[in-house]
Amino acid sequence: MSKIHVTTTVNGDEMEFLCDPRETLLDVLRDRLNLTGAKEGCGTGDCGACSVTMNGRLVCSCLVLGAEAEGAEIATVEGIAQGDRLHPLQRKFIEHAALQCGICTPGILVAAKALLEKHPDPTEEQVRFWLAGNLCRCTGYDKIIRAVMDAAAEMREAA
Amino acid sequence: MALDDRKSQFLYVGTTPDRPDGLDKVTGRAKFGADAYAPGMLHGAILRSPHAHARIKRIDTSRAEALKDVKAIVTRADFADVPFAPGLEGEFWNVLENVMAGDTALYDGHAIAAVAATSALAARDALKLIDVRYEELPHVTDVDEAMKEGAPVIREGAADYSVPEGMHPNVVRYHESGHGDVEAGFAEADLVIEDHFVTEATHQGYIEPHACLATLGGDGKGELWCCTQGHWIVQKTCAALLGIETSQLRVTASEIGGGFGGKTTVFIEPVALALSRKANRPVKIVMSRNEVFRATGPTASASMDVKIGMKKDGTITAAEGVFRLQGGAFPGAPGDMTAMCAFAPYNLTNVRQVGYDVMTNRPKQAAYRAPGSPMAAFATESVIDELCKQLGLDPIEVRLKNASHEGTKASYGPRFERIGLVETLEAAKAHPHYSAPLKPGQGRGISCGFWFNHGGETSVSLSLSEDGTVQLAVGTPDIGGSRASMALMAAEVLGVPYENIRVTIADTATLGYNDVSHGSRVTYASGLATIKAAEDAVQRLCARAAAKWGIPEDAVKWENGCAVPSGPNAGEFDPLPLAEITATMGQTGGPISGHYEATPEGAGVSFATHIVDAEVDRETGKTKVVRYTVVQDAGKAIHPTYVEGQFQGGAAQGIGWALNEEYIYNDSGRLENPLFLDYRIPVASDLPMIDTVIVEVPNPGHPYGVRGVGETSICPPLAAIANAVSAAAEVRMRRLPMSPPRVLSALKSDG
Repeated sequence: MSKIHVTTTVNGDEMEFLCDPRETLLDVLRDRLNLTGAKEGCGTGDCGACSVTMNGRLVCSCLVLGAEAEGAEIATVEGIAQGDRLHPLQRKFIEHAALQCGICTPGILVAAKALLEKHPDPTEEQVRFWLAGNLCRCTGYDKIIRAVMDAAAEMREAA
Repeated sequence: MALDDRKSQFLYVGTTPDRPDGLDKVTGRAKFGADAYAPGMLHGAILRSPHAHARIKRIDTSRAEALKDVKAIVTRADFADVPFAPGLEGEFWNVLENVMAGDTALYDGHAIAAVAATSALAARDALKLIDVRYEELPHVTDVDEAMKEGAPVIREGAADYSVPEGMHPNVVRYHESGHGDVEAGFAEADLVIEDHFVTEATHQGYIEPHACLATLGGDGKGELWCCTQGHWIVQKTCAALLGIETSQLRVTASEIGGGFGGKTTVFIEPVALALSRKANRPVKIVMSRNEVFRATGPTASASMDVKIGMKKDGTITAAEGVFRLQGGAFPGAPGDMTAMCAFAPYNLTNVRQVGYDVMTNRPKQAAYRAPGSPMAAFATESVIDELCKQLGLDPIEVRLKNASHEGTKASYGPRFERIGLVETLEAAKAHPHYSAPLKPGQGRGISCGFWFNHGGETSVSLSLSEDGTVQLAVGTPDIGGSRASMALMAAEVLGVPYENIRVTIADTATLGYNDVSHGSRVTYASGLATIKAAEDAVQRLCARAAAKWGIPEDAVKWENGCAVPSGPNAGEFDPLPLAEITATMGQTGGPISGHYEATPEGAGVSFATHIVDAEVDRETGKTKVVRYTVVQDAGKAIHPTYVEGQFQGGAAQGIGWALNEEYIYNDSGRLENPLFLDYRIPVASDLPMIDTVIVEVPNPGHPYGVRGVGETSICPPLAAIANAVSAAAEVRMRRLPMSPPRVLSALKSDG
């Protein structure tokens, strides 16, 4: 089967790749662009470990085809920190021990960042429902929710 | 070691610094199982049985082999290339049979053949061209059915010596233990309750599917990268299955995306190695979620009968239990552990427990956090709750009255050393949660839980750098922040800052054998070995100082990161800091390291008490956990935040097990829900915050008093939640999960 040529932007960098029409955006990010931060936990859009944003919209990259990235702006966990400056969410996740194994962390950070961009002052319930598409099996979510709330508070103060 | 000898004042231990792998894990650069790539790498895929039980009549791989992208195919019958070693026995044979079916497919999802191709898509396409002819056989997936006369036999001759005559061949292990005279005990009781309980199989549900990257050459030398809880067992097992020498296979553990017991064995690793040997190229295999559900270890399911007698004052006079555990198509279900844990929290004069390990046409069960104990607690603690209710007694007071303590003869045999059950119960009783008012429609449940904990083979090395920093190599994969705990313990001994210690999970070529990260053993055993290895290094540091000062080695001691004279008679010298000794170590005798290896035996059992408030919607049957408090004895919390994390994680998994999660098999013996959409683990909006109380009753078997904390946290939840739901619904819940349909039907009848 012939491959499709795709030009896209990932974390601000222009990138090109060839992909099989069946390859997902997640496959492409990981296997063709060497961006392995997004993880495949299920491949069916149920776990959120592959969360990225596409043109500003939060998506499961396992449910997007690689070919659909043509002309799009993709943002992944690798682009959250600015140089050596961590995003407040990243700092708070470390500070609050909001990760144990860390496999869900990239997806949760991408999703939480999208939340705070939309709702800078979320309630606990809002955070819980926003992150309901991101499975974590280690933490029971307690420390994740606290880290997101704390990061939100810090970002509001800084704003 | 006497209690009063134990170190109780700490500088680093008990603090909560950032974990050393934090930055890697929040930036996406931590390398997990599927994140490794190699030049020339092929992708592997595995063909799996669609049948629950079927004889494999013929496997025709010719059409797949004809594809140009396909570089190797392996099956068990593919003896021309002997991908696996013949003549294996015992557990290795079971593992081999599980990773690649022999002449019979034993469960839906059982591996039949594997392909290595130039891309993952090509490998998956090739699987469709493999023709397998099956002859379907009768199957059984339920534990009670599998024990009945006439049930399909999974494998003749799988039972061991422990099974009494006359049992069905599917019963493969039998356990019986206890003491006293239970019949006499029941006769003394004012109330005896006997009831039947059922739990379904659940999956560990780690978010990272199994993944590996294997290279094996015709020279018998191999490299394997994989996500595992223990790479030495992977090394040993893969070497046995492939007929190569253990030391010629170097295994490196990736970062691991959750395990909970499910990554303590091998599934895809020997297959990837066999494919690699045949193709002479590196082969990567990554499981899909569907494969994880169908073909890796879920926990056992259970059918249980528990009978307990109690006096009006709450004294338990006797307890008896029968626990039937279904563990899939191979021996291994924890019938023995379930039985041994069932009554361990209580100081009983008369107790008897029986456990059965039963085979069915399901995937081979794997350990899941305190295997057997959560189910056992569900049965036992439900009966105790009902006794308390009918006798009008406070559930915590009754448990306090009967609680095991130091010197109690445990239900499973030995006498307990210092334990902290009473302390967890007292802390639960004093917690504001226990006395908080409940709203209408809510119920409160409590439960105790017990786990043995484990020591295991352990080897640790520590080496000092010239600049005074420390490299610590441990062999237990870090599944929840253990590198932070190891660094804290090393810092405590050496007297150098936490940040100066770099902890690495060493590969199999770097350290001696280390058991798997299981049995809540890492902070206990690798921690103990870290302390001893650091003390070994301290001794060498003191020797260098002694040589420099020209005094005997035993006249030097270590204090606050410095060598100092041990007393006024030793002479007067300024303290010599670690970094000054290491700066010149090249000239004073060479590198300074510390090492320790042992199989520590003093893991120290652990207890917990959980309090749960649940709310039941009587129209839909949906249950919501509205408040949850975990009280658990950690012995000594090295990094309290990560101890809390273990408490909360165990509780959350228990909530899923109690309320939603279950393996659903249809009449054909196929798994109906092999994806997260239908196998629903708790999501953030399902749960409340989970309060924790860390009780610290030091373990006499660890220099700092550590008890493992990883597993005990999942022991009480099933029972505590069932007791809360039973109270809220005003009907006894006897079957898990308490999903809305089950709760609704219970509301209509009695359980």
